[in-house]
Amino acid sequence: MATKGQISDPMIDPKTGEFAVIAPGHNFKSVTEKIAGVVLTSSTPLGWFFGLIVASGVATFLVIAVTWLFLKGVGIWGVTIPGAWGFAIINFVWWIGIGHAGTLISAILLLFKQTWRNSINRFAEAMTIFAVCCAGLFPVLHVGRPWLGYWLFPYPNTMNIWPQFRSPLCWDVFAVSTYATISVVFWYIGMIPDFGTLRDKAQFPLAKYIYGLLSLGWRGSTRHWMRYETASLLLAGLSTPLVLSVHTVISFDFAVAALPGWHTTIFPPYFVAGAIYSGFAMVLTLAIPIRKFYHMEDLVTLRHLDNMAKVMLGTGLIVAYGYGMEVFMAWYSASHWEFFMMWNRMFGPMGWGYWILIATNIAIPLTTLWSRKLRVNVTYLFILSLVVNTGMWFERFVIVVTSLYRDFLPSSWGTYKATKWDYMLYVGTLGMFSFLFLLFVRLAPMIPMNEIKMMLPQTKIKGLDAETTVEETA
Amino acid sequence: MPVKEGTYGLLAEFDTPGALVHATEAARDAGYRRMECYTPYPVEEAAEALGVVRNRVPLLTLMGGIMGLTTAFLMQTWISRWGYPMNFAGRPLFSWPAFIIPTYEWTILFSGLSAAFGMLALNGLPQPYHPLFNAPNFRQGATDHKFFLCLEATDPRFDVNETRAFLEQFHAVSVVEVDL
Repeated sequence: MATKGQISDPMIDPKTGEFAVIAPGHNFKSVTEKIAGVVLTSSTPLGWFFGLIVASGVATFLVIAVTWLFLKGVGIWGVTIPGAWGFAIINFVWWIGIGHAGTLISAILLLFKQTWRNSINRFAEAMTIFAVCCAGLFPVLHVGRPWLGYWLFPYPNTMNIWPQFRSPLCWDVFAVSTYATISVVFWYIGMIPDFGTLRDKAQFPLAKYIYGLLSLGWRGSTRHWMRYETASLLLAGLSTPLVLSVHTVISFDFAVAALPGWHTTIFPPYFVAGAIYSGFAMVLTLAIPIRKFYHMEDLVTLRHLDNMAKVMLGTGLIVAYGYGMEVFMAWYSASHWEFFMMWNRMFGPMGWGYWILIATNIAIPLTTLWSRKLRVNVTYLFILSLVVNTGMWFERFVIVVTSLYRDFLPSSWGTYKATKWDYMLYVGTLGMFSFLFLLFVRLAPMIPMNEIKMMLPQTKIKGLDAETTVEETA
Repeated sequence: MPVKEGTYGLLAEFDTPGALVHATEAARDAGYRRMECYTPYPVEEAAEALGVVRNRVPLLTLMGGIMGLTTAFLMQTWISRWGYPMNFAGRPLFSWPAFIIPTYEWTILFSGLSAAFGMLALNGLPQPYHPLFNAPNFRQGATDHKFFLCLEATDPRFDVNETRAFLEQFHAVSVVEVDL
């Protein structure tokens, strides 16, 4: 609730005391101009070029690391026995988890009629797709001979062999490829009407031509809109169980193995909650600089940041419960191996990883996000989002590494040390992600114009026959 | 390409969704049926005024889902039982509980693709050319901030002069004739 002093703020709705979803004073035309203007402007901001150069510079690491990997094989990584899963799996799970917030925003919040999501869903979906691109690289590279990666798919071949459908790693192929496909389709379908707007607003012939192709000849016919709305709703309804299943399947990669630290039933829900937690952190990491740089504070308001911080608080608490339950079950199972694994995870040679995880994922965010003042403090949220992203990376590090490097027989204990190639590959994907995202904000409408227009007060229709007024149908 | 001649219809431009819906309802009451509204965002009231209530996207989606479900399950069953039977840790060849997960994913994949491409197919998209794009004011606002009602010439009640007079009584910003 707003305090009395804040009521005079035009961004606060006096009825609810909440921040407005769209700043007052917008109309249909101004929304188009604002959002399409970023894409159709002839003067690209210098800052964008600077960002693109930095991002492509960092992405060069990816090219170098992958080239060297192709020449030498996965031996250049830090993976050994017993720690056979290293950075590749950590980064795979981290990236794909980040993607989950995009689908949550575009699908689950649509089903729950959370209209505030309209401002952030387009770039959250873009984030999903680019994160899945980065995620998909790791398992493909980790198979050792990436050029044979297509063997993972069931297709008739002269070798007369087929995949093994009882393996979670095979389920992963189905889950992640479906997730990538449906995310791309949902994203593109969402952009068709906006590409139509860009086609009609573009001045340059080439831009007109390209956006014309992308818009597929969209003309905003009401019959088209109704089918479009039905299809969007159905895609949202399908993406909701999909996004929950993807991280569940990824958690099966661990949970199905009979290894202390992995073999737990809490993994599926706790992985999904963690995915959404890290994904919302990444949405904040991206949204805060973008809204500032492109002056989108009137469309991505403090209300959005506040709501996203609340989702982080909620999912963070589920994650905290997951950590607590892991520790409890290590004791309650009365299994020597489980107990040792947990002791080793906390106080063993890599215990620092566990305490970084607890500090960054639990201690810092879950104590401060209760405060509304901090939830609407943009600088704090930005720093916090980086903290949580770090924490979620360490969560996967702790799960993968500390469960593996000291297993049942002390004689087979080892350690895990990432090499420079591991770091280069990881940092390189951060560069690729930023590079793709910068291209997206420049070339596609980053906020869905038609969905923003639907939230404007001008859409209210008055003076109709009784059965068709907005008040009646609502 | 053969050049078509004649009129596609009369296009009325409105500033507000309310004026559009009002005119559409009146046109429907006057007996016009072949007409369509064009709006920058979905206006449900316009669909109601046009009498557009349901569409076949859900049916296509359901069919896609059933197809994905059966395809994935039968494929896995055939591969595991007949195509490439292998003993994995003594598990039965037809271990259907394990097949549920890929089946679940392909049900979603096929139904999602059916929803998206079915919607485009039913809408007749991609369609790069449409007579309305010839109207001078259509591309200025149909995807931006204007609301259009087009009464099409194929309607039996359509008459260029009478229909124009009919549309002009609703305070349209403009009423233009659209060539085919």
